[in-house]
This record gives sequence, C-alpha cells and structure tokens, in this order.
Amino acid sequence: MRYLPHTEDEIQQMLQTIGATDVESLFKSIPTEFRSKSNIDIGDGCSELELTEHLEELTLRNSCSSDFASFLGAGAYRHYIPAVVSELASRSEFVTPYTPYQPEISQGTLQVLFEYQSMIARLFGMDVSNASHYSGATACADAALMARRIGKKRHKIILPDNLHPEYREVLATTLGVDGLTVIPSKDGCLDKSKIMKHLGEDVAAVIVQYPNFFGIVEDMSEIATSTHNAGALLISVTPEPLSLGILNHPGQWDADIAVGEGLSFGLPVSFGGPTLGIFTTKNKFVRQMPGRICGKTVDVDGKGSYTLTLSTREQHIRRERATSNICSNQALCATTAAIYLASLGKQGIRELSLRNASNAAYAKRVLASVNGVTLPFNSATFNEFVIKTNKPAADVIQALENELILGGVDLGRWFSNMNDHILVCCTELNSKKEIDSYASILTEILS
Amino acid sequence: MTNRAHTPNGHGTEGLLYEEPTLFEQSAKGRKGICLGKADVPEMKMGEEFGSLVRDKAPDLPELAEVDVVRHFTRLSIQNYSKDLGFYPLGSCTMKHNPRIANKAAAMPGFTDTHPYQPADSVQGNLELCYELENMLAKISGMDSVTLWPAAGSHGELTGMLMIRAYHTSKGNPRSKVLIPDSAHGTNPASAAICHYKVQSIKSGPDGLLDPSAVEEAMDEEVAAIMITNPNTLGIFEENFKKVADIVHSKGGLVYLDGANLNALMGYVKPGEIGADVMHFNLHKTFGTPHGGGGPGAGPVGVVKELSPFLPLPRINKNEDHYNISYNSDTSIGRINTFFGNFAVLVRAYTYIRELGATGLKEATEMAVLNANYIRARLSGTFNLPYDKPVLHECVFNDKIQNEFGVKTLDIAKRLMDYGFHPPTVYFPLIVSGAIMIEPTETECKSILDDFCDAMIAIAKECEKDPDLVKTAPHHPFRRRIDEVKAAKEMCLKD
Repeated sequence: MRYLPHTEDEIQQMLQTIGATDVESLFKSIPTEFRSKSNIDIGDGCSELELTEHLEELTLRNSCSSDFASFLGAGAYRHYIPAVVSELASRSEFVTPYTPYQPEISQGTLQVLFEYQSMIARLFGMDVSNASHYSGATACADAALMARRIGKKRHKIILPDNLHPEYREVLATTLGVDGLTVIPSKDGCLDKSKIMKHLGEDVAAVIVQYPNFFGIVEDMSEIATSTHNAGALLISVTPEPLSLGILNHPGQWDADIAVGEGLSFGLPVSFGGPTLGIFTTKNKFVRQMPGRICGKTVDVDGKGSYTLTLSTREQHIRRERATSNICSNQALCATTAAIYLASLGKQGIRELSLRNASNAAYAKRVLASVNGVTLPFNSATFNEFVIKTNKPAADVIQALENELILGGVDLGRWFSNMNDHILVCCTELNSKKEIDSYASILTEILS
Repeated sequence: MTNRAHTPNGHGTEGLLYEEPTLFEQSAKGRKGICLGKADVPEMKMGEEFGSLVRDKAPDLPELAEVDVVRHFTRLSIQNYSKDLGFYPLGSCTMKHNPRIANKAAAMPGFTDTHPYQPADSVQGNLELCYELENMLAKISGMDSVTLWPAAGSHGELTGMLMIRAYHTSKGNPRSKVLIPDSAHGTNPASAAICHYKVQSIKSGPDGLLDPSAVEEAMDEEVAAIMITNPNTLGIFEENFKKVADIVHSKGGLVYLDGANLNALMGYVKPGEIGADVMHFNLHKTFGTPHGGGGPGAGPVGVVKELSPFLPLPRINKNEDHYNISYNSDTSIGRINTFFGNFAVLVRAYTYIRELGATGLKEATEMAVLNANYIRARLSGTFNLPYDKPVLHECVFNDKIQNEFGVKTLDIAKRLMDYGFHPPTVYFPLIVSGAIMIEPTETECKSILDDFCDAMIAIAKECEKDPDLVKTAPHHPFRRRIDEVKAAKEMCLKD
C-alpha cells in the first residue's frame, strides 16, 4: 500500500528492536474474545486511476451549476472564487499542519488567523472575533448558549421565524425546545411589538437575522434598544456577510454577539460544506466566547509573535466547565476567507456587495413584471427576495428545472402557508441574460 | 540586533526568513486585488433602497494588489511546520500523510459546484457517496447506522450524547449523570455538560486502565452513559471494556466510545461487537483528511440499531438504485448542522477508504502500532514510562528523569524544534504528570523514526550536561520561546 513506506527488512529490524516475533503479536494486549471474527466487509482497495474513474462517474450523476442557470441561495451563496484564493489556500503549508499549539513553528497559521479575526471584526463592526466556528448555524447555537451563561438565571431565547429554518432547527437540537420562543414574522419582517411583549426578566437573548431569511434588510436599532432595556443580549446572525460591504454593520446597532456564515468568502458551495462559522462579540464578553482565539505577543527576543490565547475558557483546560466543547474548527476555511477578503479589499468588497444587490434588484423587478408573479413583501432586500406564483412553487420549480433553470427554493418546505412562494437569489454570477431568460420562461410556465 | 539586513518597509529578508508585516501595514489607499468587470444591469441606488441602513464608510479592509496578497500568504506559509514538511508525532491527533488523490476528488467541479437545495434527482452522485460512506464506516466499526453531519470529533460527541439523552427520554427518564474516566479528552465532559449531564469522573486504576469496580460503584440508574476512549489516551487497550460495558448495560446505561484512537483497531476490533452503543469517528485522524491548521474535520457518529431512530436529520435512503433525502422524523434529535455537514471532507474520507479497502486499512493499523512500539522500545530507559503496559498506536512518556536536572516536558518539546521535529502532544493525558504523548502514525518509515528517537536521546543527554540549553530552547526556529502569559494578559486580539 503506497502510503506505507515500510520495507520487509525494516519491519523485521523494528520487530527485533521491540523484541516481538511478528506484527500480529503487537496486538496481544487485545483479549482474543474482543478480536473481530470477520474482515471489514468493504471489499478490496483500488488504484488511483480506478479511483479517479469511479469518482468521475459519481460526479456525472450530479448536475452542477454549470449545467444550469442557478438562482439558489438560502444560506449557501454561489460566488466567483478568484484563482489566487484557491491556489494560496491549497498550499500544503496551510493545509497539512495541526492546530497551532506550538506557536514558535506555527507563526504562519497564527498570523493568518490574527488577520482573519481583525478583518472579520472590522467588517462586523465588533470588538473581537474568534478563529472560527463550524458554521453559521452552530455559531448561532453556541451564541445562544453563551447568552444563557452571561444571563445566569435568564433562560429564554427569543427568535423570529425569519431566521433561517435550518439555523432554528440546529438551535432546537442543541439547546432543546424548552426555553426557545419562536415569534412569527409579519410581512416578512420582525413582529416587533410581539417580541417586546415577550421581553421579560427571564429572557437571555433575542436572535435576529440580518439580512433576514427572506432577503429583507431590517433596521435593528429599535429591537436592539428594547432588548437591552430588558437586560437581555442581542444576537445578530448574518448568513451572507458580503452584505456588510454596503450595509450597516451589527456593531452599529449594538449587537452583543454577531455571528455569520463565511461560505461566501472564497469557499466553494460544495453541497453546503465545509462552511465557516463566524463568531464575534464585545470585549466585555470575550472570556465567555467559544473557540480558539489568536492573540499578539512577543518572543524572548522581543520579536512580535502570535499565539493561541485565553485557553482557560476551553475544554482541554476547563473540561465540563468550558465555554464550549469545540476543539477542531474550520481554520483552513478561515484562512481561505482571509485570503479572499485581502484580495477584495476595502473597495472591492463594496463593489462586489453592490453588484450582488444590483443583480438581485434587477431580477426582482423583471420577475415581478411576469404575469402570475407578485411580490408578497415590499421591504428592501439585498441579494434575495421572495416571489409568489399563481401555481404551486414545487410545480414551477420543476418546470424551470426542465428548462435548465434552478429557479430558487420552495418556501413551502418550511412554511406551510408558503407553498406558492419561491426564494430567489442573485449573485455576481447571474448575468442579465440569465435573469431575462428566467423571466421569459417563467412567463410561459405561469400563463 | 546585530548583523541584521534591514530594509525600511520590511520587504527585505534575513537569509530566507521573512519578517512579514501584517496586511494592514502593507495596505495602500486605492489598491485592489480584484476586478469585477462591467455591470450589465443598472447599478442599484443604495440610498433609495436602504436609506439609513447604508454603511457610511466602506469596511476597513486592507488595500492590496494581487501580487501583495500572493507574497504575503506565501511568506506566511513558510513560517509553518506542516505534515508535508516532516514528522508530526502529536499524540491523539493521528497526523498521518494526507493522500493527494483525496484533495483532487474534493476539488472536482462535479462536487464543488453542487448546491444543497438542488433537487435530489440532480445530486445522485453526492447522495450515493454519502450513503456508501455511512455503510463503510458502519462496516469498519460494527455499528448499525451512521450519520455523517457532525463537523468535528467533539461535535460528534455532542450529537452522540444528544441521541443518548433522546433514547433515555423515550424510556421515561433522561437520567442525570455521565461517567468519564480521568484520562479522557476534555471534549468528553464538555460535550456531556451541554446535554445537561452532570459529569462524574472515574479514577483510572494504578495500571492506567479503567477499573471495573470503580465503575460498578458509580453506576446507578441515574447514569445515562459512560464515555470511554479505547485504546485509551495512554495508547493502552482497555482490556476490561466488555466487563465495564456489561456493568453499565445492566443498569440500563449506554456505552459511548470516543473513536479518536480508531487508527489502532481497524481490522482487529469492531467496537460495535464489544459493547459500544454509540461512537464517533474523526475522519481527519483515522481517514487521512488534512487538519488544515485546526480544521475542518468531520465527526460522523455510528450507533447500534436501538439508537438509530434518534439519528440526526437529514437521512439518505436508497430505493433500488435511487437515493432520496428524508428531512422529517418524529424520533430524530433533529438537525445538528446546516446542509450536509462538511461535505468536501466526507469526499476525501470516502476516497481514502475506497483506495485502501479492507486490507489496506488493516495494514495501516498494523504499521501504526509497529511504529509506536518501535519508538517506545527505543526511548524506554532514556525517558520514564509512567505506565509500563503494552501499547497500540501511541506511547506516553514523561519528564521524571529529566526533572532531576531541572528540565520540564515543555523544554524538551521546544528543544525538539531545534532538531527539526514537531513536538509530541505534551501535558496530556492529565493523569500523567509532564506527559509526552507520541503518536507516529503508519506513514513514517524507520529512518525518520530513528532520527526522531536519536534527537530525543540527544536531548536527554543535553538535559544532563547542559540543561540551560534545553530550558531556553528553541534557538533556531523562526521565533524563540513565545510569551503566552503576556498574550493572555494583554489580549491584543485584532489589528
């Protein structure tokens, strides 16, 4: 087997040093009755060539974005990945080290993580970022757990139904449904008066999504003030942080914890993963923050250096009293995001963000003019919007697929009263031609 | 600072050791690393659409040209020690070689360009891969069914413990306690605590093994489960595993197996056959997916059939030759992550297992155990073995002998850097004072192991003759010893 460098001679020499007769005898500490009677029933291995053919055959059973015009988003946004990003992020010096426990020989990863934290904190307008969580959804769940720790006896978490349904599911799985109060939205937006009614002394946090699951950009200042007046924390969730290129950042309306999904920052959508959980907070809560954090320091010669820090929060020190159980994270995804954000830069992120919004605004206008389509919500949207069709969404989506258009996500999947609603997404990858053709095919389907 | 070549902007080098300024220090107003091209739709009027929600100033990201970005990250990359550079014997981490075909597979556009909300008909290849990977992991472990979605080992632990809680709840009482040996990874108690379990620590016996009588004593009908790592974190097989499992089962408890050390067992022991009810896999350890400087990994979880109803959503089903996805179940614990977990990591592990097959996996385990035993044999006597029992895939020494010369484990670890090696895991497991935990993995040949052992032996001699040399190490790497206390005290966490 090509990953085993041992020659027969070497094996014999090593056994001799050990004082063992054969390799099998090294397993004698395993009682015989524990030994598996049968081999692993997965068949033989294969050559790299056979394997490549097999994998290619598997990919042929997928249709990918290049086969379609795709308007799918809903938390996993397709973006162009500059060649420089994938090439640098696949350098094996970044890909093959472990967590940088030994800072003297890990300054590369550590400086990248420090720069990632810095850029994310600046983008979100927050004091401090960690070095990554698994995904936007798991970051959101860990934020809720953190809010409960800070709130001590406060247990209740309030969330709107315009928070991504899968994020809501992950919250429910991780925290249990007890103490989670889901508030239905109104016209696609937060029902502020209803949320305020629930803001009692038992509330640890209010979670809001920005822009929300229906693509709507809501002003959060009022809800932030009410939440803080009630002594609770505001957790902001941003599955498309590219939006912050042109939109107010969560720090501006005083979010206590702002999380997000970094898949948009140079990572392929890849069936939805690996993702990149973004996690930021205020300085005063940093000791309650989950995950690795990289900090700046010096070595004995006084040279500026980086190291993982504040590890007394973490499981390997504090065990059951740790702020989280997270250990492995998504460091390489954070590295990729750092390279991507450095490439975009200050002007680039604004331009790209605006391009996404412009394409979506154009698509919204064109699709809304199709007979049989209405816009159920009239608030401002970023890169996504909801259309209502005069036929069931599932049928419309199927008919579009037949014409090689992935027209959006059927909202009936999560909202029982939205079986004729489709969530449509545009990024810089959707050309005017694609959008126009979507509109004309939709016209035929709905007539 | 003597004899140092200096250039005002930090672009010069001292030899090939680049002092790399931060992105922000290199930023120059007006530079851009990307070009968007012309828009074909009218530009949105932000003010009209978003009013006061428009960001007043562009995010303060650095401004760099592509060449700046390329040099910056290339220079930083060479400040890293990596698996591709050399031996990386971190105990409990299984730093084996990462096969390149797996990276190629994960980067195939037919995988990377698929979206999680595409119709199931259009992602049959992805679904088949996931379905088959679940099957293969079940076959390797002897478990009945598997979920692939946890993003890391500890996320798998959380998932497993949530299933255990759901199982007990379905029987009428979620129970309140979880037993965890004192040699366990810190993630075990941390994961159990998130599931609202009280953690009861079980003291290891004098031989470093789980003591059935201690488990017997702690066991009652409030214990939901015991979490066991086997082989344990000393690299020793828990020979009383079955006895302990029987004790726990007899009171209705379940056995959680931490699969971090599965690399010691493939083809020899299937945990599902010896009493484990739930276990997680670390695909980034046992199945060769890269560690990425801390992740992403993946932590699938296998369960016996009594717990299958509680597996997280979604589930992938096979109907003749067609795969479909089920998003609903009355008994499932629900979703534990978005979409389909760390899918590209799953592609890599699938590729690895398919290439090795049953025989290759068993050989990998055999050579991993051979390598660990070889290191143990070569370093015994020079370094103290706190538990002198046969080991499988890793061995744990400590600094007892070197303490006499005032040298500690941390010093030895730092000195290894001067010899060009990544240090082993240090100060873990917690039951060993000054632990030095060495896991060579199977992908290293004898001459590398010999060089490593020679370095360790040379350092042991230095401890006797010139302890200060070791205590002030490292002397040669990019940075000398780094002040971690200052970092925690001053908390400079961003630029």
